[in-house]
Amino acid sequence: MKLKDLAGQLALNVIQPQGNFDVVVSGGYTSDLLSDVMGNAKERNVWITCQTHENIVAVAKLKNLAAVILVNGRKPDDAALKKARDENVVIFSTPEPEFAITGVLYNLFKK
Amino acid sequence: MRTFRADLHVHTCLSPCAEVVQSPRNIAAAAKRRALDLVGVCDHNSAENTGAVAEAAGRVGIRALPGLEITSREEVHVLALFDEVESALGLQERVYAALAGENDPDVFGLQVVANADDEVVGFNRRFLAGAASLSLSDVVGAIHEFGGLAVAAHVDREGFGLVGQLGLIPDGLPLDALEISPRLTLEEGRRTFGPGWPLLSSSDAHAPDEVGRASTSFWLEEGTVREIGLALKGLGERRLLG
Repeated sequence: MKLKDLAGQLALNVIQPQGNFDVVVSGGYTSDLLSDVMGNAKERNVWITCQTHENIVAVAKLKNLAAVILVNGRKPDDAALKKARDENVVIFSTPEPEFAITGVLYNLFKK
Repeated sequence: MRTFRADLHVHTCLSPCAEVVQSPRNIAAAAKRRALDLVGVCDHNSAENTGAVAEAAGRVGIRALPGLEITSREEVHVLALFDEVESALGLQERVYAALAGENDPDVFGLQVVANADDEVVGFNRRFLAGAASLSLSDVVGAIHEFGGLAVAAHVDREGFGLVGQLGLIPDGLPLDALEISPRLTLEEGRRTFGPGWPLLSSSDAHAPDEVGRASTSFWLEEGTVREIGLALKGLGERRLLG
């Protein structure tokens, strides 16, 4: 599934649109510990988190993640937004909590 | 006894997220401009530039206190402050042993080791932006073991702040003080975190023009970590002035 299709299916709000929406998403990873994401997320995963610090962009870039989804309507910090724009890391926001959005995403990939 | 104005949380160009111009001499000059007496040098998980800043600051009559900003396993930032560079370097070895990985400068930034003349001595290759595999209580214990002060950094900030990461301040954690970021005044900090903790305000400067944008004043005999420790406890007439 391409990122643009996934964004539609999950009804995500695009916060930082600069980046590759045609990337084929490999799955998802949900975690709020950056070191855990660095250790365990897979390439082209979308990352679901409540962290908004600029280091989320560095981690997404380093792990070549497809995008970051911020939950509970959160917005990235200003520095994170700027860095994401510079580094072409797509950031979404959803009003849903982690549990709900992870469940929807899980079901998309289970099919 | 006299008043000492301290900015106890300043990064150098060794921190990957800091600007390269955040060099020992530029920090010293900025501290002088801001009329600080004391500067705490706290880079992420490393103390390798503390000696250089202490020397550069000493030349302009400012004391730089060697320290580190350690990232615990829970991704909580804790400041460690010392009187002696050797103590900071001793703790650094403990942190390095618990810190895996290598820095990618393109992603996280350069980690410049500099001397007191602002010359580049080398580049630190460790993953200083990472988390050490030490628990929060291990970190605080290690800081005390080396004779330092343990301060929970920017507790008002959600990312990497103690309260943001863990929800509350764990009972029985023997912190010496809490630090708030420049976003809050000390008054707001006290309202938020209660009167039970000594509260420090510092800049968390990553660039020269940020040095001293927040500070804490103490009533001390001399500008040392030992004296600050007394002031945090209100002992021997030493006081935290705010």
